[in-house]
Amino acid sequence: MPQSAESIKDHAELFKEPEYQEMFARKRAEFECRPPEERVQEVAEWMKGWEYREKNLSREALSINPAKACQPLGAVFCAAGFDGMLSFVHGSQGCAAYYRSHLSRHFKEPSTAVSSNMTEDAAVFGGLQNMIDGLQNSHTLYNPKSIAVSTTCMAEVIGDDLQAFIAKAKQQGSVPQDFDVPYAHTPAFQGSHVDGYDNMLEGILKHYWINATPVRDESINIIPGFDGFCVGNIREMKRMLDLMGVSYRVVCDPSDIYDTPANGTFEMYAGGTTAEEAKAAINAKATISLQEYCTKRSLAMCKDKEQETAALHYPLGVAATDEFLMKVSELTGKPIPAALELERGRLIDAMTDSSAYIHGKTFSVFGDPDFCMGVVGFMMELGAEPLHVLATNGSKMWAKKIKKQLEASPFGSRAQVWPGKDLWHMRSLLMTEPSDLLIGSSYGKYLERDCKIPLIRLSFPIFDRHHHHRFPLFGYQGAIRMLVQILDKIFDELDRGSNIAGKTDISFELTR
Amino acid sequence: MTVIKTIDYKNDGEFHEKLIEEVLSAYPEKTAKKRAKHLAVTKDGASDCGVKSNIKSIPGVMSIRGCAYAGAKGVVWGPVKDMVHISHGPVGCGQYSWSQRRNFYTGETGVDSFVTMQFTSDFQEKDIVFGGDKKLKTMIDEIEALFPLNKGISVMSECPVGLIGDDIESVAKQKAAEIGKPVVPVRCEGFRGVSQSLGHHIANDAVRDFIFDKGKEESEFQSTPYDVVLIGDYNIGGDAWSSRRLLEEMGLRVIAQWTGDSTLAELERAPKAKLNLIHCYRSMNYISRHMEEKYGTPWYEFNLFGPSRIEFSLRAIAEFFDDKIKEGAERVIAKYKPMADAVIARYKPRLEGKKVMLYVGGLRPRHMVNAYEDLGMMIVGAGYEFAHKDDYQRTSEYVKEGTLIFDDVTQFEMEKFIERIRPDLVGSGIKEKYATQKMGVPFRQLHSWDYSGPYHGYDGFAIFARDMDMAVNSPAYGLFKAPWAKGPAPEAIAAE
Repeated sequence: MPQSAESIKDHAELFKEPEYQEMFARKRAEFECRPPEERVQEVAEWMKGWEYREKNLSREALSINPAKACQPLGAVFCAAGFDGMLSFVHGSQGCAAYYRSHLSRHFKEPSTAVSSNMTEDAAVFGGLQNMIDGLQNSHTLYNPKSIAVSTTCMAEVIGDDLQAFIAKAKQQGSVPQDFDVPYAHTPAFQGSHVDGYDNMLEGILKHYWINATPVRDESINIIPGFDGFCVGNIREMKRMLDLMGVSYRVVCDPSDIYDTPANGTFEMYAGGTTAEEAKAAINAKATISLQEYCTKRSLAMCKDKEQETAALHYPLGVAATDEFLMKVSELTGKPIPAALELERGRLIDAMTDSSAYIHGKTFSVFGDPDFCMGVVGFMMELGAEPLHVLATNGSKMWAKKIKKQLEASPFGSRAQVWPGKDLWHMRSLLMTEPSDLLIGSSYGKYLERDCKIPLIRLSFPIFDRHHHHRFPLFGYQGAIRMLVQILDKIFDELDRGSNIAGKTDISFELTR
Repeated sequence: MTVIKTIDYKNDGEFHEKLIEEVLSAYPEKTAKKRAKHLAVTKDGASDCGVKSNIKSIPGVMSIRGCAYAGAKGVVWGPVKDMVHISHGPVGCGQYSWSQRRNFYTGETGVDSFVTMQFTSDFQEKDIVFGGDKKLKTMIDEIEALFPLNKGISVMSECPVGLIGDDIESVAKQKAAEIGKPVVPVRCEGFRGVSQSLGHHIANDAVRDFIFDKGKEESEFQSTPYDVVLIGDYNIGGDAWSSRRLLEEMGLRVIAQWTGDSTLAELERAPKAKLNLIHCYRSMNYISRHMEEKYGTPWYEFNLFGPSRIEFSLRAIAEFFDDKIKEGAERVIAKYKPMADAVIARYKPRLEGKKVMLYVGGLRPRHMVNAYEDLGMMIVGAGYEFAHKDDYQRTSEYVKEGTLIFDDVTQFEMEKFIERIRPDLVGSGIKEKYATQKMGVPFRQLHSWDYSGPYHGYDGFAIFARDMDMAVNSPAYGLFKAPWAKGPAPEAIAAE
């Protein structure tokens, strides 16, 4: 018997038992009508080659394993960054369920959003009544400070007008006239989750800034962008800014709501940018975006209000952190304190200690456009060489920009940039031109399995490892953590490749 | 009625009635009136649970439900492993459902099996404006060129497809003739129906219309008197396999699994079976009834959760066959009973008397009741996301008097019920998990088995018992209060 009460095996071990293995073989032989094993292997081999790669890269219509999500996901994430703000997704109900699940699986935290639950009749008559009822119910039941409305593709296709609908709902008393209901149209058939973030943020700023005139103060705004590591990253960034003593506000800060304590009380709302801060953000002298491709429209709004703006690209590693701090210093006039220089020195020290294990290693990276740029920057500082840089939601302009970044370093000369491609393209790329390491999200685990390239999970979504996002990648300290994660992967692989006693263990060394 | 004797208890019906009043008082009047129909307390001898079901969810209340696409692609078609399933429309639906249902399968992914891949047409604005039919044709050609071992293609419609007037049926017909394989259009746009449920139905109909009586596998297949089909088991964490093993061991021949770990051939051959064994009645009763009408195949809803139900089900299944199978059932029960008894001996003392609340899809809130009771645990509340009237009728066979019943529960109600009842364990989904745990109440996901499983059959029961114990008796729940904090230990408190 494969199972026993004393030593209980779950799926990880149970199905390796002979009873199950024999059953699988029997099922396959008698009932599945699968192609002969030789044919499967023949095709599998063909799929690893250059001919297949060319066929694969010439796809025009089919997308396979894309590394991007749709706009409203970004909108829900964005609204979560504001204090007491409830996400209201106007359209089909299943969408809201999907966003909530997706975010919860990554953060291991609750994720709340209501839907206007539009069904077939709403498709015919429009979703106005759903908006009216939905705003009233969610306002009464969940007691939010504000409600952020975004749209699913259903509402977009039938052309529901959010501005008019919200006004009508207010007229009918769904929520008080002066209740904050920022909104954004977030069609899933344009752009990706990073655009949804941008559109929602723009909608929120528009809402709070509409009748305001800037009264310039000494503060700066920081917009972090869509970031699966927001919990660790934003906290680390705040720590650095506090050390500098600058006056700042984080515009969209989900670091607390995606990291609430277990203490017997479930807090549906926990921290984030307050309405007062969002309003006051108009007065800042400058706004720094940490991810240009998440904030094009929002940053343009800040520019409209005659703020100075700066757009970074997910600052990782030494130079990018330097740039961030110097930018802050330049905009605020505050010097970078010795404490941060000390941290910088410690990072450089760690790099000199360990970079021999990374120098000359090749890597490939996939993810959001800014993330790719951040990773490439730090990895090249460690002496690693990028081979494939792929952003499914990256544009040709992005490709141009990152190519410049690559050209500026001798380590970037072998890199190929792949805007708009997906992870099935990446499979062919890695099969034909493999790199030593792969950096991305949990979706990369299929590439790790098929191409036998170790995956380092540093980007949203991470479903199959826990809690990494609670630690920062940003800042000098975040860079050390990232360095350790890369090194651990390399050391573990070294040990795994040399751990059979008497056979492969020549290099199974105690000190590395 | 089939009541299985496990343990005796009654729930506090009066308290539960008050709870219902309390949650309803928080709603706007019109909404309270609607929600009142979905909340009830069970009465002994009643033929159902006293709730209305399969009704549109109310805007803004945070229903936990999904959509027709989730029911059709995520549940029914997605697990068919040697076909390519296109999520036809914008990128999101396919992305969020990619590899999330834990439909285990054997095969070489990307070569002859495609379950954990996301194929999408990634609709852009121009596809909305000019229609996506042309793109769909190109996609099917590209699938053929890149995945020559695929056995067929399904086209799972997302919301826009039905709104812009695309004719995927005619594309499917044309391309099926061209490539000589089934191309199955599935009209499961997310706005159809009120939940996942209509998606199941639409998906069932697609099997009927585009698979049955078409394949050559079906006509050449040699059947035996002991052929059965395992229907409505999606092989979550390998569930269908731990069930299959018992059926095979008692002498039956499982000619097809629907649809966990299934191939197209298994779909095609199902009408050859002597008996259809339905695990998830809700999602596949439609096709089972069709097979009954058209091919005369009887069906039986069985339940392999926990030893009490396993024994009952194996015997009931054997009743459809001759003495050889009846003896087989007894042999299997005798073989595994000592192991099940040992599991109970190990875990019952740690779980006895614990109160459980269940809120799952369309099946488990009833099917799992006796398994919990086998471990001495009591079901105090149960509800379904997308059940129909007949599910609540079936549920009344399982739950005790005074049980709180909640149909299409809202996040608000769920939290209030947990706060007031303070169960020792909640079994529900990912969206409910983390809020519940923060309230200090242990939780297990009962859609995905919380990444564990299988839970079916005897092998699965051992894992189930282990998992419930590790949730209920996790030391972490004893650490919520800091030793220096004043006042009593924290109670479960819902969000306001």
